[in-house]
Amino acid sequence: MTLYDFLYYIILPILSISVILIVIRFLKGPSIVDRVIALDLLITTGIGIIAVYSIITNQPTFLDIAMILALIAFLGTVAFSYYLEKRNK
Amino acid sequence: MTEITIGILASFGAIFVLLAAVGLIRMPDTYLRISVTTKAATLGIGLLLVAAAVFFKDMSITTKVLAIILFILLTAPVSAHLIGRASYFSGVKLWKGSVLDDLNGKYDKSSHKLRSGLEEAPEKKTNKIGED
Repeated sequence: MTLYDFLYYIILPILSISVILIVIRFLKGPSIVDRVIALDLLITTGIGIIAVYSIITNQPTFLDIAMILALIAFLGTVAFSYYLEKRNK
Repeated sequence: MTEITIGILASFGAIFVLLAAVGLIRMPDTYLRISVTTKAATLGIGLLLVAAAVFFKDMSITTKVLAIILFILLTAPVSAHLIGRASYFSGVKLWKGSVLDDLNGKYDKSSHKLRSGLEEAPEKKTNKIGED
Protein backbone atom coordinates (compact mmCIF):
# COMPACT_ATOMS: atom_id res chain seq x y z
CA MET A 1 0.00 0.00 0.00
CA THR A 2 1.56 3.25 -1.10
CA LEU A 3 1.24 6.57 0.65
CA TYR A 4 -1.10 7.76 -2.10
CA ASP A 5 -3.51 4.88 -1.52
CA PHE A 6 -3.37 5.31 2.26
CA LEU A 7 -4.19 9.02 2.08
CA TYR A 8 -6.79 8.59 -0.64
CA TYR A 9 -8.70 5.59 0.75
CA ILE A 10 -8.35 6.03 4.54
CA ILE A 11 -7.49 9.59 5.58
CA LEU A 12 -9.77 11.50 3.20
CA PRO A 13 -12.85 9.33 4.04
CA ILE A 14 -12.26 9.91 7.78
CA LEU A 15 -12.14 13.66 7.19
CA SER A 16 -15.25 13.48 5.01
CA ILE A 17 -17.15 11.62 7.75
CA SER A 18 -16.18 14.33 10.24
CA VAL A 19 -17.39 17.00 7.80
CA ILE A 20 -20.75 15.21 7.55
CA LEU A 21 -21.06 15.06 11.36
CA ILE A 22 -20.25 18.77 11.65
CA VAL A 23 -22.84 19.63 8.98
CA ILE A 24 -25.45 17.65 10.95
CA ARG A 25 -24.68 19.81 13.99
CA PHE A 26 -24.80 22.91 11.78
CA LEU A 27 -28.31 22.04 10.59
CA LYS A 28 -29.53 20.84 14.00
CA GLY A 29 -27.88 23.33 16.38
CA PRO A 30 -30.41 24.63 18.93
CA SER A 31 -28.93 28.13 19.24
CA ILE A 32 -27.19 30.35 16.71
CA VAL A 33 -23.95 30.05 18.68
CA ASP A 34 -23.85 26.31 17.93
CA ARG A 35 -24.09 27.11 14.24
CA VAL A 36 -21.22 29.60 14.47
CA ILE A 37 -19.06 27.00 16.23
CA ALA A 38 -19.95 24.39 13.61
CA LEU A 39 -19.03 26.82 10.82
CA ASP A 40 -15.68 27.53 12.47
CA LEU A 41 -14.91 23.81 12.82
CA LEU A 42 -16.06 23.20 9.24
CA ILE A 43 -13.52 25.70 7.88
CA THR A 44 -10.82 24.27 10.17
CA THR A 45 -11.51 20.76 8.83
CA GLY A 46 -11.32 22.24 5.32
CA ILE A 47 -7.76 23.37 6.07
CA GLY A 48 -6.89 19.77 6.98
CA ILE A 49 -8.47 18.44 3.78
CA ILE A 50 -6.47 20.98 1.76
CA ALA A 51 -3.25 19.84 3.48
CA VAL A 52 -3.94 16.17 2.65
CA TYR A 53 -4.97 17.05 -0.90
CA SER A 54 -1.78 19.03 -1.50
CA ILE A 55 0.18 15.90 -0.53
CA ILE A 56 -1.89 13.70 -2.87
CA THR A 57 -1.61 15.99 -5.90
CA ASN A 58 1.97 17.14 -5.08
CA GLN A 59 0.93 20.79 -5.34
CA PRO A 60 2.23 22.92 -2.45
CA THR A 61 0.42 25.99 -3.81
CA PHE A 62 -2.81 24.82 -2.15
CA LEU A 63 -1.35 25.68 1.27
CA ASP A 64 -1.71 29.41 0.46
CA ILE A 65 -5.46 28.92 0.33
CA ALA A 66 -5.31 27.10 3.67
CA MET A 67 -3.72 30.18 5.22
CA ILE A 68 -6.40 32.46 3.76
CA LEU A 69 -9.13 30.13 5.04
CA ALA A 70 -7.65 30.28 8.55
CA LEU A 71 -7.79 34.09 8.36
CA ILE A 72 -11.40 34.08 7.15
CA ALA A 73 -12.50 31.63 9.88
CA PHE A 74 -11.07 33.85 12.61
CA LEU A 75 -12.57 37.03 11.13
CA GLY A 76 -15.97 35.37 10.73
CA THR A 77 -16.09 34.13 14.31
CA VAL A 78 -15.04 37.52 15.69
CA ALA A 79 -17.64 39.35 13.59
CA PHE A 80 -20.40 36.90 14.56
CA SER A 81 -19.64 37.19 18.29
CA TYR A 82 -19.45 41.00 18.05
CA TYR A 83 -22.85 41.30 16.45
CA LEU A 84 -24.42 38.65 18.71
CA GLU A 85 -23.34 40.68 21.73
CA LYS A 86 -24.64 43.89 20.19
CA ARG A 87 -28.00 42.35 19.32
CA ASN A 88 -28.77 41.55 22.96
CA LYS A 89 -27.80 44.94 24.36
CA MET B 1 10.90 6.04 6.40
CA THR B 2 9.51 9.41 5.34
CA GLU B 3 6.33 7.77 4.08
CA ILE B 4 5.80 5.97 7.39
CA THR B 5 6.26 9.26 9.28
CA ILE B 6 3.75 11.02 7.01
CA GLY B 7 1.29 8.14 7.44
CA ILE B 8 1.51 8.21 11.24
CA LEU B 9 1.17 12.01 11.42
CA ALA B 10 -1.78 12.05 9.01
CA SER B 11 -3.51 9.18 10.85
CA PHE B 12 -3.29 10.92 14.23
CA GLY B 13 -4.40 14.21 12.69
CA ALA B 14 -7.44 12.63 11.03
CA ILE B 15 -8.35 10.75 14.23
CA PHE B 16 -8.24 13.95 16.26
CA VAL B 17 -10.38 15.81 13.71
CA LEU B 18 -12.89 12.93 13.78
CA LEU B 19 -12.91 13.04 17.61
CA ALA B 20 -13.61 16.78 17.46
CA ALA B 21 -16.54 16.17 15.09
CA VAL B 22 -17.97 13.37 17.26
CA GLY B 23 -17.58 15.58 20.33
CA LEU B 24 -19.32 18.44 18.57
CA ILE B 25 -22.31 16.24 17.86
CA ARG B 26 -22.41 14.32 21.17
CA MET B 27 -21.69 17.02 23.79
CA PRO B 28 -24.81 18.17 25.65
CA ASP B 29 -23.97 21.85 26.02
CA THR B 30 -22.82 24.83 23.91
CA TYR B 31 -19.87 25.55 26.21
CA LEU B 32 -18.65 21.94 26.12
CA ARG B 33 -18.88 22.05 22.32
CA ILE B 34 -16.73 25.21 22.27
CA SER B 35 -14.15 23.40 24.43
CA VAL B 36 -14.03 20.43 22.01
CA THR B 37 -13.68 22.67 18.96
CA THR B 38 -10.74 24.55 20.43
CA LYS B 39 -8.47 21.74 21.56
CA ALA B 40 -8.95 18.57 19.52
CA ALA B 41 -9.41 20.28 16.16
CA THR B 42 -6.35 22.50 16.65
CA LEU B 43 -4.14 19.50 17.43
CA GLY B 44 -5.52 17.50 14.50
CA ILE B 45 -5.04 20.27 11.96
CA GLY B 46 -1.53 20.94 13.28
CA LEU B 47 -0.57 17.28 12.78
CA LEU B 48 -2.01 17.21 9.24
CA LEU B 49 -0.08 20.37 8.29
CA VAL B 50 3.14 18.98 9.78
CA ALA B 51 2.61 15.88 7.62
CA ALA B 52 2.44 18.15 4.54
CA ALA B 53 5.65 19.92 5.64
CA VAL B 54 7.46 16.57 6.06
CA PHE B 55 6.29 15.46 2.61
CA PHE B 56 7.53 18.50 0.66
CA LYS B 57 10.91 18.92 2.49
CA ASP B 58 11.22 22.52 1.34
CA MET B 59 12.20 25.48 3.48
CA SER B 60 9.62 27.89 2.08
CA ILE B 61 6.76 25.40 2.49
CA THR B 62 7.85 24.54 6.02
CA THR B 63 7.82 28.25 6.87
CA LYS B 64 4.35 28.59 5.39
CA VAL B 65 3.08 25.60 7.37
CA LEU B 66 4.60 26.92 10.59
CA ALA B 67 2.94 30.30 9.95
CA ILE B 68 -0.47 28.61 9.52
CA ILE B 69 0.00 26.52 12.70
CA LEU B 70 1.12 29.57 14.70
CA PHE B 71 -1.86 31.56 13.42
CA ILE B 72 -4.32 28.79 14.35
CA LEU B 73 -2.73 28.36 17.79
CA LEU B 74 -3.04 32.11 18.38
CA THR B 75 -6.58 32.61 17.10
CA ALA B 76 -8.41 29.47 18.30
CA PRO B 77 -8.45 30.44 22.01
CA VAL B 78 -9.31 34.06 21.21
CA SER B 79 -12.28 33.15 19.01
CA ALA B 80 -13.46 30.49 21.50
CA HIS B 81 -13.38 33.03 24.32
CA LEU B 82 -15.24 35.63 22.25
CA ILE B 83 -17.98 33.25 21.15
CA GLY B 84 -18.33 31.80 24.65
CA ARG B 85 -18.71 35.29 26.10
CA ALA B 86 -21.31 36.19 23.47
CA SER B 87 -23.26 33.00 24.15
CA TYR B 88 -23.23 33.63 27.92
CA PHE B 89 -24.51 37.16 27.42
CA SER B 90 -27.21 36.03 24.99
CA GLY B 91 -28.54 33.68 27.65
CA VAL B 92 -27.62 30.20 26.45
CA LYS B 93 -28.43 27.80 29.29
CA LEU B 94 -25.85 25.55 30.89
CA TRP B 95 -26.25 21.78 30.85
CA LYS B 96 -28.33 20.46 33.74
CA GLY B 97 -25.36 18.35 34.91
CA SER B 98 -23.08 21.38 35.32
CA VAL B 99 -22.25 21.90 38.99
CA LEU B 100 -20.69 25.39 39.05
CA ASP B 101 -21.49 28.73 37.41
CA ASP B 102 -19.00 31.28 38.68
CA LEU B 103 -20.44 34.14 36.63
CA ASN B 104 -23.98 33.73 37.99
CA GLY B 105 -25.34 37.15 39.02
CA LYS B 106 -21.95 38.87 38.77
CA TYR B 107 -22.29 40.83 35.57
CA ASP B 108 -24.43 43.78 34.57
CA LYS B 109 -26.60 42.74 31.65
CA SER B 110 -27.08 46.27 30.30
CA SER B 111 -23.48 47.51 30.41
CA HIS B 112 -21.71 44.08 30.09
CA LYS B 113 -19.43 44.93 33.03
CA LEU B 114 -18.24 42.14 35.29
CA ARG B 115 -18.15 42.54 39.05
CA SER B 116 -16.15 40.23 41.31
CA GLY B 117 -17.82 41.22 44.59
CA LEU B 118 -14.49 42.32 46.06
CA GLU B 119 -14.43 45.89 44.75
CA GLU B 120 -15.09 47.52 48.15
CA ALA B 121 -11.97 46.34 50.02
CA PRO B 122 -9.24 47.62 47.62
CA GLU B 123 -10.93 51.00 47.25
CA LYS B 124 -10.86 51.56 51.02
CA LYS B 125 -7.18 50.68 51.11
CA THR B 126 -6.29 53.18 48.38
CA ASN B 127 -8.31 55.86 50.16
CA LYS B 128 -6.32 55.34 53.35
CA ILE B 129 -3.04 55.59 51.51
CA GLY B 130 -4.24 58.80 49.88
CA GLU B 131 -5.19 60.31 53.24
CA ASP B 132 -1.82 59.52 54.79
